[in-house]
Amino acid sequence: MPGDGVAVRQKVAAIKQGGEDRLRPLARFVRRPRASIAIAILGFIVLVAAAAGWLAPHDPTKANLSLRLEGPSRDYPFGTDWIGRCLLSRVIHGIRLTLFIGLGTVALGGGVGVGLGLLAGFYGRTLEMIIMRMTDLLLAFPYFLLTIVFVAVLGPSLVNAVIAISFWTMPHYIRLARAAVLSVKAREFVEAAKALGRPDFRILTRHVFPNSLAPLIVQSSIFCAQNMLMAASLSFLGLGAQPPSPELGAMLGTGRTYLRAAPQVVAVPAAGIFLGVLGFNFLGDALRDFLDPRLRS
Amino acid sequence: MVAYILKRILGMILLLLGITFIVVCMMYLAPGDATVMILPNIASTEQMTELRREFGLDQPLYVQYGRFLARAIRGDLGTSWIDRRPVMSQVLDALSYTIRLAAAALTLSLVFGTIGGIVSAVRHHSPVDEAVLTVTLIGISTPVFVIGLLLIYVFSFKLGWFPTSGVGSARHLILPAVTLASFLVAYMARMTRSCMLEVLGQEYIRTARAKGLREVVVLCRHALKNALIPMVTVVGLQVGLLLGGSVITETVFAYPGIGSLVVSAISARDTPLVQGCVLVISTGFILVNLIVDVSYAFIDPRVRLV
Repeated sequence: MPGDGVAVRQKVAAIKQGGEDRLRPLARFVRRPRASIAIAILGFIVLVAAAAGWLAPHDPTKANLSLRLEGPSRDYPFGTDWIGRCLLSRVIHGIRLTLFIGLGTVALGGGVGVGLGLLAGFYGRTLEMIIMRMTDLLLAFPYFLLTIVFVAVLGPSLVNAVIAISFWTMPHYIRLARAAVLSVKAREFVEAAKALGRPDFRILTRHVFPNSLAPLIVQSSIFCAQNMLMAASLSFLGLGAQPPSPELGAMLGTGRTYLRAAPQVVAVPAAGIFLGVLGFNFLGDALRDFLDPRLRS
Repeated sequence: MVAYILKRILGMILLLLGITFIVVCMMYLAPGDATVMILPNIASTEQMTELRREFGLDQPLYVQYGRFLARAIRGDLGTSWIDRRPVMSQVLDALSYTIRLAAAALTLSLVFGTIGGIVSAVRHHSPVDEAVLTVTLIGISTPVFVIGLLLIYVFSFKLGWFPTSGVGSARHLILPAVTLASFLVAYMARMTRSCMLEVLGQEYIRTARAKGLREVVVLCRHALKNALIPMVTVVGLQVGLLLGGSVITETVFAYPGIGSLVVSAISARDTPLVQGCVLVISTGFILVNLIVDVSYAFIDPRVRLV
């Protein structure tokens, strides 16, 4: 029956159309210049991080004292550092470490912060007061100073640096999540879910949280960039990752003595940090332009 | 207004008590003992006990903190464990250097950041705007120490225009100030841009233009004035960044400010010096935040401080 065929085809077309509609915002986002640069940089970084063990031509911690501060060569495309380690291999592993630090601190600080922020915003009253007062208190501290003291006292290590940075990230997320909940809480669909007798936890996770996501996503990207910078700064001061770890800030902290003799020792890790931070900053910028309707042109 | 400021100062004192207490706890709980760092390896146990008694390390935590407070109220921050100099004079010396550096960097960032932000907002979506956005994005993505090392490489090693480190003349201040200003300029420009964009979309701007006011007047009298509140808020928040940035900048340029002092004091486990630095830096940090909050009332007469 020909008529059925047409109907089926129309239905299929309609379904296809629906699928495209769903994908359309994503496609629109990717096509923006800023977003495509961000995706290109981050794609490159993720690829490097994922294939680090396979891409790096040498062991990043293996020293070769007969090849100190060499310039670029066929075996060592970016040259070697002050004890003859391959700079290319070190920067590849360093980028992986930096990516882990950025994502890890945001996951840790953001996870706890969003949880507390959701609770504060959703339940209000005493719980909200306690959580928000603590947040204000944390934000009133000169955090960089306290991070330095904290890390120095616990003993300088990458793990302690990550804990300190995550802790500092948390109050920002509490504020953001609470503000987002407050703006969503009074909306009809939350009322409806309450009226239907849904348990609080389910309302929070299914209705409130997904609708508060936009600002959190934007901030996460920016915090990822900031935390990478922070970790690199701590390591640069000797308070983060310790040698022989190929952490990029630590490489710069020791390598700066050789700036005049062998600038590649500084330039290579510097480029690595820059690329990682730039990628996430670009992404955050693009996401904000995209998700904030007030700035949409 | 006066009541508000008094209330805030009271809050500030409580906060300072909290901060110093946390630092005392941290140093108390820290593994590793200052006496081990100070005395040579061959020191006998009696010598170490003697030194511990002299520093008051044999006392319980609350006694140590109480002694610190009792002295601090009288303006005495004790003497450094390492070089036995009074902490107060060391901290104030370092602070004067840091203030000079921070003032130079802030001036640079206010001038260039605001101009860049305004131009970018007025020419929204133009190539100029795109250029400002891209350059500032690169600015906030480059670690302070990378900018510092780059400047040293180009202007000290290659061109020989400026000294690599130390203090002494105005030429010593230029590279550190530019380093510290670089990311502040970028932040400032981005914040000014977004605040101005928000304000420029308002109806009173259209009215001002419709009245036939010159564009300069519209921008400076009507737009910038209203964009100031969010901008000042952001500047207040950036004080923390400025602080972190100056710790790094001072380390890179071996600049004798309070940032490099606190880092070296921490690694030497010189508790009195750490305490002194933390107290002074925190006071500055909280004071600036207070000034920012009070300045709202001056910028915007609608704001009532309670």
